[in-house]
Amino acid sequence: MPLLYALRDELHLNNPRFGCGLGQCGACTVHIDGQAVRSCLVPVSSVTTARIVTLAGLGTPEQPHPVQAAWIEEQVSQCAYCINGWIMTAAALLKEKPRPSDEEIKTALADLICRCGTHGAALRAVKRAAQSS
Amino acid sequence: MSERSQSETFPLSRRIFLLSSGALAIALAIPDAAEAANGAASKPPLSPDQLDSYLAIEPDGTVTVFYGRIDGGQGLETSIAQMVADELDVPFGRVRMVISDTARTLNMGGASGALGVSRSGMHLRRCAAEARRLLVEMAAKPLGAPANRLSVSDGVIGSMSDPAKKISYAELIGGRHFATHLDWNGKYGNELVVSGQAKIKAPSELKVIGTSPRRKDLPLKVFARLDMVNDVRLPDMLHARMIRPKVAGAVPVAVDESSIAGIPGAKVVWIKNFLAVVAPKEWNAVRASQALRVTWSESHPNFPGNEALHDHIRRAPVIKRTIQNENGSIEEGLSKSVRIIEGEYEYPTQSHASTGPACGLADVKNGEATVWTSTQKPHYARDGIAQLLGLPVEKVRAVWMFGTGSYGRNDQGDATADAAVLSQHLGKPVRVQYMRHEGLAWDPKGTASVNRSRAGLDSSGKVIAYENISKAFSRLNIATNEGRPAHVLAGHLLGVPLEPDQSFEVPVASYTFDHKRLGWEIVAPLMDRASPLRTTHLRDPYGPPILFGSESFIDEVAAATASDPVEFRLRYLSNPRDREAVKTAAEKYGWDARPSPRNDQKNADTAVGRGIAYRRHFDTFIALVAEVRVHRDTGVIDVLRYVCAHDVGLIVNPETLRHVIDRQLVYGTSRALFEEVRFDENMVTSVDWLTYPVLHMGSVPQSIEIHLISRPEAAPSGAGEMALGLVPAAVGNAVFDATGMRLRRVPFTPARVKAALA
Repeated sequence: MPLLYALRDELHLNNPRFGCGLGQCGACTVHIDGQAVRSCLVPVSSVTTARIVTLAGLGTPEQPHPVQAAWIEEQVSQCAYCINGWIMTAAALLKEKPRPSDEEIKTALADLICRCGTHGAALRAVKRAAQSS
Repeated sequence: MSERSQSETFPLSRRIFLLSSGALAIALAIPDAAEAANGAASKPPLSPDQLDSYLAIEPDGTVTVFYGRIDGGQGLETSIAQMVADELDVPFGRVRMVISDTARTLNMGGASGALGVSRSGMHLRRCAAEARRLLVEMAAKPLGAPANRLSVSDGVIGSMSDPAKKISYAELIGGRHFATHLDWNGKYGNELVVSGQAKIKAPSELKVIGTSPRRKDLPLKVFARLDMVNDVRLPDMLHARMIRPKVAGAVPVAVDESSIAGIPGAKVVWIKNFLAVVAPKEWNAVRASQALRVTWSESHPNFPGNEALHDHIRRAPVIKRTIQNENGSIEEGLSKSVRIIEGEYEYPTQSHASTGPACGLADVKNGEATVWTSTQKPHYARDGIAQLLGLPVEKVRAVWMFGTGSYGRNDQGDATADAAVLSQHLGKPVRVQYMRHEGLAWDPKGTASVNRSRAGLDSSGKVIAYENISKAFSRLNIATNEGRPAHVLAGHLLGVPLEPDQSFEVPVASYTFDHKRLGWEIVAPLMDRASPLRTTHLRDPYGPPILFGSESFIDEVAAATASDPVEFRLRYLSNPRDREAVKTAAEKYGWDARPSPRNDQKNADTAVGRGIAYRRHFDTFIALVAEVRVHRDTGVIDVLRYVCAHDVGLIVNPETLRHVIDRQLVYGTSRALFEEVRFDENMVTSVDWLTYPVLHMGSVPQSIEIHLISRPEAAPSGAGEMALGLVPAAVGNAVFDATGMRLRRVPFTPARVKAALA
C-alpha cells in the first residue's frame, strides 16, 4: 500500500492529496526525514521508522513556516488542491539551500502541477520566504 | 455524539477541523437561539421571496450570508462578504458565508460565466441594503427618533441628535428573523432577481468595496485546516472506483467477480452499463479496480484521431447553423470589395484536467439522500440526483465543499452522481474517487473548432465586410450543470434518454463594419452516449477557440494592409471603454506603432515580438499585449511579458482582482502552448500529465503587469475567466511579429512551431 493511502485512509491525515498516483503532480507530497517525497509512490512498509511531516505539521497560524507566511503574503493558491506539493517542496528546498536563485527555485518546483496558474505567485512567495528566513 | 447523528440534527459546517488528538470535530452552525425585541422567532421556509433566505443576524452580531453559488478559490467568499458588509455598515470581519448547502441556500446559479459578483454579489447587496433599512426602522421606536435621524456604524444604530442612544443589530434581531417579503421575479439560478424598497449605496458612500481584505479561505488551506470534499468520511462508508472501458462505447458483458475474491471486502456493483467496485478500505478499492476481469462488448467508435480532427470538422455535415450577429449584407460588402482576405484557425479539444480527479460522496437511505460535492452547481446536482434516484427533490440535500478547481463543467458532478447511484444500491454511504486517467480521459471536454474569417476591403484599405464563422461541436452536448440525469455519465450508462443541445458562440467584440456577419455551425458529436469526448463548457467556454480565430484574423488583416495592429483595431472601435482598454494596454507596454512583422531578426537564433488581442465580454473590457521570444532551433516560445488592461466596472477587491487576472494569464498560457486532448480511433489517449502536457514552472511568463481601469460608477461585471481567452491570439500575434509566421493551430507546441518556421 502506498504511504498516501495509509496517511489518508488509516490515519485520517487529510492534507496530502491524491492527484495522480504516478508521482507526476506532487499533490501528495510529505517530508520523510526532511526530504520532500511523493507519498503516492512510497510503499508504507518502507517508512516504518522514518519521521513523516505533513503540511499540517509544518507550521501553525501562530508559528508559520516562512513558506506558509509568504504563501499568505502573496495570496498564492486558489483552489489549493496542489498546495502540499508546492509548500512542502519549497520548504525542503529552503532547508537545503536557504538562498536559492530564481533558477534553482524553478528547478526545484519544475515538476509540480497547478491548474489554477499560480506558478508566478509561487515563485514570488518562495523568494520572499528565502529573504525572510 | 457520532458524526452521523450530529449531521442529522444540525446543519453540517463545511469546515471540519482535524484536532491534534487525531479526532475529527465537526464545527456546528449555531442553532437559532436568543429571543430579541423584534423579528420572528422561527425562520420562514427557504424561499426566494424571503429576506431571511439570504442573510441572518446572529445573537453575537455576526452576519451570516447564504450564498447559493460557490467559491472556486478566486476570492468570491471574500468579495461577496465585502459587498454585504458595506451595505449593512458592519465590519468585513463580522460577515460569515454559508456557501451552497442546498438545505440552507437558494439556487443562485453555482459557478457560472463569472457572474458571482455581477449577479449574486449585487443581489446580496440589495438584500443587505433592505436589511439595513428594516433594522433602522426597527430602531426608531427604542431610540425615540425617526429613521431619518438615525445612523449606523459597525452594526450599531445611533441617534444623530443624542449620541448616548444606541442599539445594535444583535440587540434588535440577533438570532431572530426578518420575516420580510421581497419581490421575486420567479426565476432561479443566474436569473434569480429580488428587490426590496431600499436603494444600494452610491459609489461615494462605499467603504469596504474597493479595499483589499485578504481571502478568508487561504489561511485554512495554507495551514491544512480546511477539509475538502475528498476528506469527508462517513461511518460505514465504502470506497468506490468506477470501471471504464478501454474502448469508448464498449459496455460490460461479463464480470468475473472471482478476480477480486481475494481482496478484503471488495464487491462489484453492476447496473446496466454502470460498473464499479467498492471496498471498506480505499486501497483495496483501488486494487479491486485494477484486478477486476471484465469482458467488454465490441465497439468501433472510429474516431478521427486528434491529428485529423479539424479535417473531420471541416468535412462534417452542419446539423445547426446560426447567424447570431449581422448588419448590412456580407454578400454586398464582399462584392464591393477590391480585396478579400481569408483566414482559418484551428483550436483543439481541451480537458478540464483538474489537479484532483473528481470525488463525491453520497448517503442514500430511508428515502432520503445527502451528497457531498464540489461541483460548480450544487443545486442543479441535487435536482439531477433526485431524478436519477427517483426521489422528490426536497428529500435530497447537496452539501457543497471546497475541492479541486473545476475550470468549467468538469467531472465533479459525475462523481457525485456515481456515488448516489452506488449508495442507493448498497444502502451504505459511498465515496467515489476518480483516478488520474478518468480525470483526463473521461471528463467532459471543451470543444475543438475551426474558425473561418473573411474581410473585404475597399480601395482605400478600409474593411467594409467582415465575416466570422466558427464550426465546432456543440458547447452543450451535455449541459453546463448536472440538473438532468441525461447530463451525467451515470445517466448515460443507465440508459436515460439523451438531451443534447446545439450551440456555440460568436466573438463579442465591438468592432463596427458596414457589413458584418458572425455565426456558428455545429457538427454531430463523435459519439452520442457515454462519450469520453462529450463536449460542454470549459473555462471561458468559447473565448479561446473563437478569439484565437477572430483576434488573430484581425491582426492578419492589419498586417495585410501594413497597418499597426493597435491603430488598426482602434479604427473600428468607437465605444470609449473598448478604446481605453486597447490604448491602456499599448501605452503601458510602450507600444511603438508599426506594422507587423518586424523583419529585422531573420538571421537570429531567437526572435522577439509583441502582439495584442482585445475582447469585450459582458461589460468587461480587456486588452492584452504579449511579448514573446521564439527559439528557431527548438520551436520553443518563451513568454517574456504580458501587459493587461482590465476594465470590469466597479472593483470590489483590487488585489484579489489582480491575482485572479494573473493566475488566469498563466492558465491561459497553458491552454495556448501545451494543451490538446489526444485520441486515436478507439479512445482518448491523454491519460496522465505526460500524455496531456500542461504548463509547468519552467514555462511561466517572466513578467505580468496588470493595469486596472477603475470605474466606480459602472456596475461590476465579471472577471473570473475573461482574460485567459486572449492569450492564444496575443501570443500568436506576437510570434507573427517576431517571425512573420502566422500560427493557425493551438497549442503552439515546439514541434509545431519548429515545423512552421522551417
